[in-house]
Amino acid sequence: MSILGTRVVRSEDPKLLTAGGTYADDLREPALNGALYATYVRSPMAHARITGIDVSAALESPGVVAVYTGADCDLDPAPPAPEGALGGKPHPSMARPFLAKDVVRFVGEPVALVLTEKRAQGEDAIELVAVDYDPLPAVIDLDDALSGTNLVFPEAGSNVVGVGGADAADAQFADCEAVVTATLENQRVAAAPLEVRSAAAAWGDDGRVTVWLSTQNAQGARDALQGALGLDEGKVRIITPDVGGGFGAKIGIDPEGTALAWASKRVGRPLRWTESRTENMLAMTHGRAQRHKITIGGDRDGRVKAYRIEVVQDLGAYPGVASFLPALTMLMASGVYDIASVTSQATIVVTNKMVVAAYRGAGRPEATAAIERAMDLFAAEVGMDPADVRRKNFIKPDAFPYTTPGGAMYDTGEYEKALDAVLESAGYAQLREEQARRRAAGETLQLGLGLSTYVEITAPDFSVGEDAKVEVHDDGTATIYTGSSPHGQGHLTAFGMLVQDKLGIPLEKIKLVHGDTDQVPKGGGTMGSRSLQLGGSAVYRAAEDVLEKGRKLAAELIEIDEGDLVLDKEAGRFHVAGQTGTGVSWGELAAAAREQGGLAADCHFAEDLPTFPFGTHLAVAEVDVETGQSRLLRHITVDDAGTILNPVLTEGQRHGGIAQGAAQALFEVMYYDPDGNPQTANFADYAIPAASELPSFELLSQETPTTLNPLGAKGIGEAGTIGSTPAVQNAVVDAVAHLGVRHIDMPTTPQRVWQAINEG
Amino acid sequence: MRITVTVNGDETTHEVEDRTLLVHYLRDVLGLTGTNVGCDTTSCGACTVLLDGESIKSCTVLAAQADGRSVTTIEGLGSAEEMHPMQKAFQQHHGLQCGFCTPGMVMASVSLLRENPKPSEEDVRAGLEGNICRCTGYHNIVKAVLAAAEDGGAK
Ligand code: FES
Ligand code: FES
Repeated sequence: MSILGTRVVRSEDPKLLTAGGTYADDLREPALNGALYATYVRSPMAHARITGIDVSAALESPGVVAVYTGADCDLDPAPPAPEGALGGKPHPSMARPFLAKDVVRFVGEPVALVLTEKRAQGEDAIELVAVDYDPLPAVIDLDDALSGTNLVFPEAGSNVVGVGGADAADAQFADCEAVVTATLENQRVAAAPLEVRSAAAAWGDDGRVTVWLSTQNAQGARDALQGALGLDEGKVRIITPDVGGGFGAKIGIDPEGTALAWASKRVGRPLRWTESRTENMLAMTHGRAQRHKITIGGDRDGRVKAYRIEVVQDLGAYPGVASFLPALTMLMASGVYDIASVTSQATIVVTNKMVVAAYRGAGRPEATAAIERAMDLFAAEVGMDPADVRRKNFIKPDAFPYTTPGGAMYDTGEYEKALDAVLESAGYAQLREEQARRRAAGETLQLGLGLSTYVEITAPDFSVGEDAKVEVHDDGTATIYTGSSPHGQGHLTAFGMLVQDKLGIPLEKIKLVHGDTDQVPKGGGTMGSRSLQLGGSAVYRAAEDVLEKGRKLAAELIEIDEGDLVLDKEAGRFHVAGQTGTGVSWGELAAAAREQGGLAADCHFAEDLPTFPFGTHLAVAEVDVETGQSRLLRHITVDDAGTILNPVLTEGQRHGGIAQGAAQALFEVMYYDPDGNPQTANFADYAIPAASELPSFELLSQETPTTLNPLGAKGIGEAGTIGSTPAVQNAVVDAVAHLGVRHIDMPTTPQRVWQAINEG
Repeated sequence: MRITVTVNGDETTHEVEDRTLLVHYLRDVLGLTGTNVGCDTTSCGACTVLLDGESIKSCTVLAAQADGRSVTTIEGLGSAEEMHPMQKAFQQHHGLQCGFCTPGMVMASVSLLRENPKPSEEDVRAGLEGNICRCTGYHNIVKAVLAAAEDGGAK
């Protein structure tokens, strides 16, 4: 029986469970012997001119070897990201320096770097770096940013970096019987992987630098660092140790990592850097940070005819990856619905807050949040059940492949099936009855049901593809090299299963190499739910090639026709059909192939199009109408991501995703006060949910394979977050809808819910 | 100052600065890097170890406070070849992804079952309130702890 599709526990786990992972801060490499510790001095101001820096007292502090400021750092600032699908070019003054030069533009921006013999000495010494700031007006609120009264970059003349999409036209909603508009906040959140950012750097005598980096894509980090340091190709090696979570915020290399490599050369010693949690909250890229104005219109029978979304994306202080996010939001604007007229527009603006970049879903959860709130608002307007309105507007199964008005081409979908499965499993009708009962009785704890029927895009960089190599060794083991970059997803197990299935080499004899640019020069990393469909497909194809090579070689060795050979997958051995005695094992084949350079195959796999997983989430929430406190009671989902390779892993991805989405809906916000001071910059203030605040999740399975890759798989890493966020928010609103509440922005904190009830 | 701490059954004696935290003693002096640091506000529990058998956050305890006492870290619980029932349950039920919270989570879970060998799901969720996991959504962690309790993992 094939191992594919079966529940296989992870090969990664025994080490993680008994010794712990080897994260960047755990490295005890000889190359890092004698390393100094780097500690950043960070701006306490949101916007200010630096009028002077005095490092003399810090230099006197015990253990301090060097202090570097922006004046010392001769690296060219990183140019601003082009703004993706939107028009225009960001002003060149928006380039981000690695250490602030004359102006600081967000609280937490690195201003100086202190190098000390011991870690604790750095914490003492940064207090002694005296920086004089001349405060400038901070641009915090989006309306202030749009108005342009104060500017983050005066030379640019505007805080607006780009505008794209179509202008509003009244005609769009002209023939609708009911039209609803709303402004929705998709708040700024912190990725908050449990491992903070961490790196180490050491230069060799050959002028080559090795950087150990907690990253999601070593190869991208290598290219960026090479460019920033002005080095020739081949002069940078990135090694990725175990990574304690990333969620999009560890894509590439951050300015602190680049400055570390630069400083290591300058001081002539290896360096290590691990930030504190507070630094992580201040200065690791944030996610979401969009504001939506939505208009939805249709007929009173529930048919939606027109939808418009206007996005304002807060980029933070420097235009980075967030410049690209609205393009994905606009692409996915209409979700699972067949809506005749869909228009969208996006404006991207800079503010004096931390830079925004990808966070689990990156632009797609925002699209889903908007359309799923819009559907509920429309359902309320026409007085229908949200499930019925959704059902009425789904793209039908026979319409695939389906091209949306926004230009996305959905591969496959069974939206109504997913909805039905969830409603039935949840006991939707009974839940509605219970809700009606509590409402009628005027109980303190009211029940809310929140739906989200979603579709998302995975492997949006399908054409970039992924690289893999599979090599068999003469001891009968195999090594997989992948450009994909696990940080919790379980690639060793998943990819190992693929190789075991093809070659009959058991999982426990398979090793995975990733994230070391010397060993794996090409790779796209792990993000955008791309790993299995691109990386896994590449591994699968490479294993197929190894199988053919092995078969050919076995035929030569045994002197028989290839067609007469059978691979015994239990034994990992080719033998003559009907004659198990005459055969050759993988180890023997690898030994025989040694002369010809070994038994291995490479594969680059790209998809022709991205894939579009979909599903339904139903959240059941309870809201205390006296305190405004909400609690998620149940969460039932179908997340159809095509063919499942290992249910253990996909369920894990769904659980984690659901929790992160629920967290955004209920608890989390990276909150800045009007002066730009972050108010939630540590784990005591930033409300990451604990086990006690979440329920167990009810997962249903559904598999609608894609034809775009040999595995039939779509991505699953972000689906949970995309589906759950609006479902949970909708549930909270629904719980108090009978009290006249129409909308509550995320996070639906007790204060906000209470306020909404009292205004309702 | 000079301290003597029994760590995973072995007696260790070292000179440390007064302000050295237990977690730094474990990681930097003894090289036991299984115990992680995830926050600076005693919120995440990644640093959880057992001090005389009870779970504590080692980022909030001075090494000096462990003088003359005994500490168990993830490295002392079981080996890859012979895992502790709690470690086995975490693998079996996929209670970990990136693994960063895991050593602390496992130690907290072991301590939880010692105090309450037959917990309900609610007890487990409440008992692990001080340990944050950003990857798993806790679903499988809770499942693992309940399974370990079933298998008599409270040792
Ligand atoms: S490191 Fe977070 S509680 Fe100790
Ligand atoms: S497994 Fe990553 S934080 Fe828990």
